[in-house]
Amino acid sequence: MTDAARREETAKVSLLYDPRVRGIAFQALLLAFVVFLVYEAVTNALTNLNQQKIATGFGFWDTVSGFDINQALIDYSATSTYGRAFWVGLLNTLLVASIGIVLATFLGFAIGVARLSSNWIVAKLSMIYVEVIRNVPLLLQLLFWYNAVLKPLPEPRNSIVMPAASLGAPHALATALCAALGLAGWFAYKRAKGAEDSTATMAMATLGSIAMALAAAGWLFYGGLLRFAGESGVFLNNRGLILPRPSALAGFGLVVGALALGLVGAFLFRSWARKRQEATGKQAPVGLASLALIVGLPALVFFAAGSPIEWAYPQRSRFNLQGGLQVYPEFVALLIGLVTYTAGFIAEIVRAGILAVSKGQTEAAHALGLRPGPTLKLVVIPQAMRVIIPPLTSQYLNLTKNSSLAVFIGYPDLVQIFTGTVLNQTGQAVEVVALTMLVYLTISLTTAAFMNWYNARKALVER
Amino acid sequence: MKRTIASLAALAALAFAPAAASAQTLDAVKQRGSLICGSNTGLAGFGMPDQNGNWTGLDVDFCRALAAAIFNDPTKVKFVPLSAKDRFTALQSKEIDVLSRNGTVTLSRDTTLGLNWGPPNYFDGQGFMVRKKLNIASAKELNGASICVQQGTTTELNLADYFRANNMKYEGVVFATSEETNKAYDSGRCDAFTTDASGLYSERLKFVNPDEHVVLPEIISKEPLAAAVRHGDDQWFDIVKWTHFAMLTAEELGVTQKNVDEQMKSTNPEIKRLLGTEGKFGEGLGLTNDWAARIVKHVGNYGESFERNVGEGSRLKIKRGLNALWTKGGLQYAWPIR
Repeated sequence: MTDAARREETAKVSLLYDPRVRGIAFQALLLAFVVFLVYEAVTNALTNLNQQKIATGFGFWDTVSGFDINQALIDYSATSTYGRAFWVGLLNTLLVASIGIVLATFLGFAIGVARLSSNWIVAKLSMIYVEVIRNVPLLLQLLFWYNAVLKPLPEPRNSIVMPAASLGAPHALATALCAALGLAGWFAYKRAKGAEDSTATMAMATLGSIAMALAAAGWLFYGGLLRFAGESGVFLNNRGLILPRPSALAGFGLVVGALALGLVGAFLFRSWARKRQEATGKQAPVGLASLALIVGLPALVFFAAGSPIEWAYPQRSRFNLQGGLQVYPEFVALLIGLVTYTAGFIAEIVRAGILAVSKGQTEAAHALGLRPGPTLKLVVIPQAMRVIIPPLTSQYLNLTKNSSLAVFIGYPDLVQIFTGTVLNQTGQAVEVVALTMLVYLTISLTTAAFMNWYNARKALVER
Repeated sequence: MKRTIASLAALAALAFAPAAASAQTLDAVKQRGSLICGSNTGLAGFGMPDQNGNWTGLDVDFCRALAAAIFNDPTKVKFVPLSAKDRFTALQSKEIDVLSRNGTVTLSRDTTLGLNWGPPNYFDGQGFMVRKKLNIASAKELNGASICVQQGTTTELNLADYFRANNMKYEGVVFATSEETNKAYDSGRCDAFTTDASGLYSERLKFVNPDEHVVLPEIISKEPLAAAVRHGDDQWFDIVKWTHFAMLTAEELGVTQKNVDEQMKSTNPEIKRLLGTEGKFGEGLGLTNDWAARIVKHVGNYGESFERNVGEGSRLKIKRGLNALWTKGGLQYAWPIR
């Protein structure tokens, strides 16, 4: 290109009309405006607060709080600081949210699949569940569960004591009955895997799981029926579930080491098995081997090291049971409420996901000779997941944010402790509310980032 | 939740509103034609709507007295029910004109919240209530107990102090509103329920079987309950302060709702100054000179309000105790109107 031509080209588009330059200029202007707005809001709020003689700043963070919190995952007392109270609240929120997300996913998937079952009763029951749960406000459900958890449970002095050694023959009989029910469920589940139709498979599997869950619940409840004054074991009363508190003795590190070794081993075995299958077509029992490595190995080491765990049993005192590990009714009620509520939504997402996979896919898989189990696992679910993951993410975010309703049933989450008690004792609403909003934003963005990464992995790779 | 959102909106307004000079609350109230009073969400005897939806109670009477002094009409009050944790934000953000909601005055509340506190209209202290069948005679026996308490109160802090000082343990179960606290205790979640002693008597009325519960003798704190206004409007603060003193002075001088018209003709100089037939004391407050006469005519004196709402004549049956006039061994002492 000659000099003249180059000059001509630069002269053709003046800087004012260059779309790239204009784009950047507009964005810079907008950014400047937003920064100005934020600056103005902050300084104005400060001026107003100062004028009204309301304390400002985060000076309260390091002052002694003076109030107690019943459920704290880290050491906390009335002599700790407001900052520490913040962390206690945050951890409690994360605890209920993370357990809630896992449980809601399982329950939601089971119900979503059950709603597609060819079994009329199972399908209709799932439909009723979904419609009822989704159409009643969450707050009402939480209050219902809190009362449902609290009301039927006895006072501490009449605690229900569960599996203690001296329950004797009646309990053995009940245990046997429950075990039989559980076994029946397991066989139903196994048989279902060999069935012809895939919705029947899902229905049988669901029924089997329900039978197993019933067996477990029945066993626990039977134990509960026998109210007797045993001095050890697990106590259940309207102050919560009180378990023996485990503490690690010397040698427990070995068990942890064995668990880590087992995890690594299971991972290596899995990739070896996959490579071998790709090369030779031979399959290896990956599930069984993983179970043996992850559960069996640490268990073996645990007993070999002489059971290096000490259990502190709860002791009866005048009011409550002291010294055990306490699961509070507020936590249980909040967890049940959040899980059942969110599961209703997840169920619909799962149903939509499965329905989105065309029947031709299943038929094609069958034509290739795949049995219903592998068809579901290898053909239907991987494709359904692409539809399921994005809306599932927003349900996870909803569950986390909904956990702030804890304040109504007395569970000490971040909102209850920080925007409740701390805000009120310090009176610094602007700082406290802003920080809380920032925390929820961070939690939500982190969850969303993780789910987006997972979605990208599962998404259809387009070339 | 709705309240929190309202408070948030108000806070946002605080962030964006131009810095205003100290607002003249009295003018704003007059212009609006009614007083907005921050009230309890429902505490029998202090602030609660009755069966017909009329707000009644000692703290409610105080707001009615303010309205009577300003408008000569005790019904020109709008009551905004507030939970303990939302009450100060509501006042700071100008959602209400005055907070008359059994709030305890403390140094930090006076200095860091941007509020001014009037004279206590009820001297209280924190107590405990337990079930009779537990056979407990003293709060010192509560080691290891579960205790239900309402959030955002001095109660929460006193509770921690008391158990720490006595080297005892407890499990505190904290709820956002008094209703939830009350229900949790009544359903057996807690062994004890703690709040101001007056509140214990009031909440007990709501239990399924009120007779099964007993208030323990220990009073573990000082709780001077008073009305609060925003910092920086001295005229409004004066009106709130002297409204209480006017009600007390009327009781001291024997001026009652019934005889106030007769007393207008009294020759007693103290009564004349109170009722505005001598001097211009009301004008000093920015009100009319018969401001106190209006209060007594529409609401009654302090003793009448006390008896009607919380005293022996009410369901609460609380004795005057610390709240008797100073001439009868109590702490209620009005500054002289002159």
